[in-house]
Amino acid sequence: MIWDALGLQLGYNATLVTLGAAMLGMGAGATGTYLYLGKRALVSDAISHATLPGVVLGFIAMVVMGGEGRFLPGLMLGAALSAGLGLLAVTWLTARTRLHEDAAIGAVLSVFFGFGVVLLTVVQVMDTGRQAGLETFLLGATAGMLRNEALTIALGGAVILLLVRLLHRPMILVAFDPEYAVGQGMRLRAVDLAMMGLALGITVTGLKVVGLVLIVALLIIPPVAARFWSERAEIVVIIAGLIGGAAGYFGAALSATAPDLPTGPLIVLSAFVLFVLSLLLAPGRGVLAAALRHMRFQRRVHLRQGLLALASGQPVYEPLTLRLLRRAGFLRPDGVATDAGHAMAARARLDERRWQTLRSDPQFEAAAARYDGLTPLEEVLTADQIAALDRGLGLAGLR
Amino acid sequence: MSLELVGRTQAPDTDSPLAIHGLTVSYGEKPAVFSVDVVFLPAQMTAIVGPNGAGKSTLLKAALGIIRPLSGQVSSYGRPLGEMRARIAYVPQRASVDWDFPARVLDVVMMGLYRDVGLLRRIKGHHRARAMACLERVGMEGFAHRQIGQLSGGQQQRVFLARALAQEADLYLLDEPFAGVDAATEKAIIGVLHGLRAEGKTVIAVHHDLATVTDYFDRVFLINTTAIAEGPVADVFTPDYLQAAYGGRLALAQMGGAAAG
Repeated sequence: MIWDALGLQLGYNATLVTLGAAMLGMGAGATGTYLYLGKRALVSDAISHATLPGVVLGFIAMVVMGGEGRFLPGLMLGAALSAGLGLLAVTWLTARTRLHEDAAIGAVLSVFFGFGVVLLTVVQVMDTGRQAGLETFLLGATAGMLRNEALTIALGGAVILLLVRLLHRPMILVAFDPEYAVGQGMRLRAVDLAMMGLALGITVTGLKVVGLVLIVALLIIPPVAARFWSERAEIVVIIAGLIGGAAGYFGAALSATAPDLPTGPLIVLSAFVLFVLSLLLAPGRGVLAAALRHMRFQRRVHLRQGLLALASGQPVYEPLTLRLLRRAGFLRPDGVATDAGHAMAARARLDERRWQTLRSDPQFEAAAARYDGLTPLEEVLTADQIAALDRGLGLAGLR
Repeated sequence: MSLELVGRTQAPDTDSPLAIHGLTVSYGEKPAVFSVDVVFLPAQMTAIVGPNGAGKSTLLKAALGIIRPLSGQVSSYGRPLGEMRARIAYVPQRASVDWDFPARVLDVVMMGLYRDVGLLRRIKGHHRARAMACLERVGMEGFAHRQIGQLSGGQQQRVFLARALAQEADLYLLDEPFAGVDAATEKAIIGVLHGLRAEGKTVIAVHHDLATVTDYFDRVFLINTTAIAEGPVADVFTPDYLQAAYGGRLALAQMGGAAAG
């Protein structure tokens, strides 16, 4: 069943929903990158929680006007309006009072969400409300989703991806260096508003699939995971989009096999798995790669220190150093240096003496900056330069 | 002698790359900059000097519109500053950004080309060449593809300067460009700034090291919330004016190169 779902073999509707969720995830991952890099990620949490009153009021309004209360675009419009109000409240509190943004976020998030829950309870007492299933907007549900709804979600994700492409440069500039961006004539408020508008768009689009409680995770986890893989913002955006898309795809497919489980948590857990894989396995910033690099570096330091000790006839006590020297064949089991060991030790000492001369000579200032106690001088200077250095050392005849 | 009369320079605003009138900036109820009038001269290197908390950086940021002032007019080459952005390059304090940001050195310098490439225009070879030339000018061409998190403080500062150079502006505003950098960087930066002056560009820098003012700059603007004096180094960088700007906070030894008064 799961393989059928992942292979999009569960029928036209389920396939459409899965692809819609993937599109939404791509939009969320890409959008979230700018929030994360600009250290504004939690604003989207306020936005998403502020959608609840709008969803319920939208439902009531549509029922009162004699329409179908569950009409998705109508609910999305309501959600967008109340989330916009919440966003304005956060912005206003931060700009006009002494509250910091985190406090403003906390205040707005809890008040709007609380109000929304009260409204939701009221509506569920009503007859029409009980069957509306509005509570699925909290955690998302794909079971019984209509074809049009799935298409709306996919379209929303696609539009947001296009807007992200359009606004990439100003958003990156503002995220990295807002002061400089203003100096370039960029309008900070406008760029900020656009960025938050995209987050709002994702939230509203994702209400039905991910739910408002967890949408923030789909905005934040993909960029955080993507950051492990790249040192370039535009690549991070793309990888975050892919990770978000994959999370949406897997989550929705899993949800199709288990209709009782809410979809939002399944999507977020899929994103989390991808995050853990990134954290562990990414080259460069990944945990395993970092540990491996540290271990290699430590061994190089020990070997070098051991060779320098041998060269000056000092005893070596550290077990790791001894083990490394023996394994390299520089030391006999009884602790006496081998011929190879003597030769390597002499080379290390010569290298070190050259380095020390170089570091005291102002004309080699640039090269001296690369001294780390490990890099052989041959990697930094040409043979001619080393010969010149040796003349200064009185070593010219040695080679 | 009257400090005000000697210190104030009267220049026509139309030529000035940066003319500030009646500028007041306040965080809360206490003004950081109060009613400052100053007209900077073109093709000169001017140091903005004053004690800690005197509003030096605030003045620059307010002039550029980064902080909203309570009052005041700022003009550039006779026009409102907002219309002259293409001719102005700003170098913020390097501590103002997060250097763990995912960007390479070249990416940061390319940010200086934003006005040229806009939202969607393709980045072409000549853009990259221009950015590389700017890196070369600050001696960082070997670092173009390094991640910015790997740079030392001095290297970060040079990258920021290269980004400003990429704008090919006429006025360069720098906020503490020598703060916390190594001697080699300081030499490289001052070399670039003197080069800009030789091309007829204007350089205005917030500067904190009194010992080097005389060597580096042509003119000094002394500020301590209010404007104290502006003029050639020899006229303004004197014990009397420094006393007026710093009050009792300045030990005589710190004045370094200040002309004996």
